[in-house]
Amino acid sequence: MKQVNRLDDGGRINRQTPLNFTFNDKTYQGFEGDTLASALLANGVDVVGRSFKYSRPRGVITADAQEPNAIFQVGSNDASTIPNPRATQTELYANLVCSSTNGWPNVDFDLMGTVGKVGGSAMPPGFYYKTFMFPQSMWMSYEKMIRKGAGLGCSPLQPDPDSYDKLNHHCDVMVVGAGPAGLSAALAAARAGARVIIADEQNEMGGSLLCSTELIDGTAAAVWLVSTLTALAENDNVLLLPRSTAFGYYDQNYIGINERRSDHIGETNSHGTRQRLHKVRAKQVILATGAHERPLVFGNNDVPGCMLASAVTTYINRYAVVPGNRLALMTTNDNAYKAAIAWHDAGKSVVLIADTRPSADGFLVKEAMKRGIKVEFGHGIIDVKGSKRVKSVEVAPLSADGKSVSGQAVSYICDTVASSGGWSPVLHLSSHTGSKPIWRDDIQGFVPGNTEQAQHICGGIQGVYDLSQVLEDGIKCGLAAAGDAGKHVSSLEFLTPTVTKYTETPAMALFHIPHSKPTSRAPKQFVDYQNDVTAAGIELANREGFESIEHVKRYTALGFGTDQGKLGNINGMAITANSLGKTIPETGTTIFRPMYTPVTFGALSGSDVKQLFDPARFTAMHRWHVDNGAEFEDVGQWKRPWYYPKPGETMEQALARECLATRNSVGLLDASTLGKIDIQGKDAREFLNRVYTNPWSQLAVGKCRYGVMCKEDGMVFDDGVTACINDNRFQMTTTTGGAAGVLNWLELWHQTEWPELEVYFSTVTDHWSTMTISGPNSRKVLEKLTDADVSNEAFPYMGWIAAEVAGVKARIFRISFTGELSFEINVQANFGLHCWEAVVAAGQEFDITPYGTETMHILRAEKGFIIVGQDTDGSVTPQDLDMNWVVGKKKAFSYLGKRSWTREDNERTDRKQFVGLKPKDPKVVLPEGAQIVFDKDQPIPMTMVGHVTSSYYSACLGYSFALAVVKGGLERMGQSVFVPLADGSTIEAEICSSVFYDPKGDRQNV
Amino acid sequence: MLHIYCPYCEEFREEDEFHPVGEAHIERPLEPEALTDEQWSQYLFFRKNPRGLHHEMWVHGAGCRKFFNMTRHTVTYKILETYKMGQQPSVVAEESE
Repeated sequence: MKQVNRLDDGGRINRQTPLNFTFNDKTYQGFEGDTLASALLANGVDVVGRSFKYSRPRGVITADAQEPNAIFQVGSNDASTIPNPRATQTELYANLVCSSTNGWPNVDFDLMGTVGKVGGSAMPPGFYYKTFMFPQSMWMSYEKMIRKGAGLGCSPLQPDPDSYDKLNHHCDVMVVGAGPAGLSAALAAARAGARVIIADEQNEMGGSLLCSTELIDGTAAAVWLVSTLTALAENDNVLLLPRSTAFGYYDQNYIGINERRSDHIGETNSHGTRQRLHKVRAKQVILATGAHERPLVFGNNDVPGCMLASAVTTYINRYAVVPGNRLALMTTNDNAYKAAIAWHDAGKSVVLIADTRPSADGFLVKEAMKRGIKVEFGHGIIDVKGSKRVKSVEVAPLSADGKSVSGQAVSYICDTVASSGGWSPVLHLSSHTGSKPIWRDDIQGFVPGNTEQAQHICGGIQGVYDLSQVLEDGIKCGLAAAGDAGKHVSSLEFLTPTVTKYTETPAMALFHIPHSKPTSRAPKQFVDYQNDVTAAGIELANREGFESIEHVKRYTALGFGTDQGKLGNINGMAITANSLGKTIPETGTTIFRPMYTPVTFGALSGSDVKQLFDPARFTAMHRWHVDNGAEFEDVGQWKRPWYYPKPGETMEQALARECLATRNSVGLLDASTLGKIDIQGKDAREFLNRVYTNPWSQLAVGKCRYGVMCKEDGMVFDDGVTACINDNRFQMTTTTGGAAGVLNWLELWHQTEWPELEVYFSTVTDHWSTMTISGPNSRKVLEKLTDADVSNEAFPYMGWIAAEVAGVKARIFRISFTGELSFEINVQANFGLHCWEAVVAAGQEFDITPYGTETMHILRAEKGFIIVGQDTDGSVTPQDLDMNWVVGKKKAFSYLGKRSWTREDNERTDRKQFVGLKPKDPKVVLPEGAQIVFDKDQPIPMTMVGHVTSSYYSACLGYSFALAVVKGGLERMGQSVFVPLADGSTIEAEICSSVFYDPKGDRQNV
Repeated sequence: MLHIYCPYCEEFREEDEFHPVGEAHIERPLEPEALTDEQWSQYLFFRKNPRGLHHEMWVHGAGCRKFFNMTRHTVTYKILETYKMGQQPSVVAEESE
């Protein structure tokens, strides 16, 4: 297919490299250097999508990040597809596949379009709220239908095949935007010795210079551009980042930049990084982000063929595409005349320039007149005719203030309408850090306001548009930033390039072109194209009482599209201001937030995906667990064996086997993951007294003690066994998940309240491998591996000894979490597997059985031992747990948590207390987390009096059992409670002691 | 993302390395048992939530593991100073705030 709108020469495209691409199942051809938008316009494609609410045909309007219409689904398959990139910012590559995101069944014949036409006038703002919310039960059905009709792209359904990464940078000066201002600033700062990073969102750096016809130092702007870019590239202090969008400006000069490294090459890149996230901490930031042109708001201004004047100029000068044959231009300023001049010079016909000002005689105006282009001053385009392409415009004289039509309209035949209402500085980044934009009447735009950041601005972002001034502004700004970054710049001299200054007539402040009918009855005048917000809609919202611009925004959806209102917000505010009789600064502006343009999740996650998402921790015996068929459970970052099913065994069967083996002979648990903290110093013992609830003064060397830690509010937050290694040294054991938190807790109290105590903490969790042998035969197994006397007399319960086990130095703790005779063998971590295998071999004759966390949970629950975090939840005191025995009564120091137990609320007798539950049916296992009630026949909502914290079937006991917290439970032994289930049924259970097995503790003490 | 000067390491590090701990300069009463429930609850639960300057405690958890204090503006997020545990802030809010 011929590129009907492509010029034979000119532009920054490479005609030697044609690229085929597919849009909505049709194949077209463009050139290297094209964007998807320029290639479509070159091919004469008018309709690129359908609007969200009215489903009107829409065409390309802009050539930049503002684009509201040309939003595509790009990618050929479910893995590579990308929702909603702007065609104006998507570089063309060979065999690109894309389609419109809006439009069902398709953009040319759109079912919703007909609905929109019929329902259009009856769809005011708030239409969906007003219409579809009733009856409420139907909303879900309405919503499905509306979604299908509208839609804004599809997420990829397959995993992303590409790789992404992140880089951190520090620099003296970060320049955002590589137009004339940013490039001048970067070069000046770099020459002053500053380390500079300059990022620009486009494929080529240069900004407005890429389509400029002006001369710098007597030669084409493009020549100056090349020499400046070369100078920057050759400077070791400068990092150039093209195709890199600075999407967010965060506190203390932290900039997020998304660099698209291979999106322009093809769909997937198997060789390198597709996108890279740069995180830059800059001493000084220069925002040289330029300005966006504003369209004018007029009747049917959304018919394909209506474009921004600057977009027309860009497509002609940069891409050699004239997107039509007959142009009508409406403007409030001189600058937009460039579009008509470029159009005329490309050999196409300019029907008319409607200049809303009473008169103008600037350089560009004269240039246009010199070419014989018809200019009508004091006129505006009030209406556009056509549906899928502009056919004609209605041009009428306007009153001097531009607020009304003052005469008869005249028709002009044309196919393209360019409009310009002036320029809006691109201040998005500055407002990310909380800076409030300030309105400036002289430039008719908001500029960045006061900021806490070390931020500089230059060029278009502060309303400086004249090229010679922009270049000068950039140099000054670059030097100032380098100076503020600590570079000495006074001795340097910089010559501002010479650019001819043109005379210019001031622009007129006009946003909304009046129609001969009142706005509410005039043809639709679109403000926000993505959400179909019209001038009439905004005025209606104002009449309905929405006066704050934030409310207008939410009611009309102004600025809610993926373009975040870049194109329409200022016009919307101006219309609101006008209808409320206020000024624009009185109306205020909405705040822009990151991201400036959407960033893919891939770039944000970088390489932190899959196995690199979160570190996994493995014990030294992990390989053995894998080889022996363990199923694993995540406990924090640890991979712990959950249970070890034998071939053909169900989980239930495996657990029963592991439990019975441990109770009847001997079991083996990998307990390496328990947190271990080495505590040393002459005040270590006193410190333990202050953080644990029980006393430590009398704990002798060679002994261990179970301790409970509470927070200052009296609630249990960790427990574990601490051993006295010598008078100045203790080893504390914490829960697996609580290790880091406990260490931090100890440091907190030591550093902030008791720095006078001489005590030091060090994590030794990873230094030790720990294996627990538990069961009546455990001593026999241990005796085979050590020469030490491990008899009950020589090595009693709650003691520890240093000994050799399997030829390795070990610490053996005689503690028990199962209620059976148990030995916990600790060896240096890298001997863990050796020692484990020795234990397994020695235990073979007793059928030693490895067990995992689930069996451990069952065995400890049978004994009523709590697991902090499962049986407690931060609202449970030791007294609630019936663990008064662990609370020191005579300690001199008022230890952490103690004072809170006598708070009135903590002395209530109806607090939830820790008890056992026996279901009436011994086969039924209560669901963990289930709520408990006293009266099963009460009306819903029932009064909940507690919940099940742990629940299992016990193969040893032969019945199911549970642990629970119940209001006043300790006084309710033997009473029935009920557990209502989601299906309406109820399970009855009896409150009993939380100790189900061996209540006297004889078995662990033999 | 804050850029925080650790007064112990004596250099600026990224916020990633730090954790906020809460309001600074809350001293544990020396004799908790001598306090009424109300006085104890003041220490336990009540915290300032100023709009403006705030003295808060942070910990350099992924660095030197030291706790320290910071004076920070809660609206602008500007960090006015960081100082060691046991020291007093040199920047304080005016009484009227």
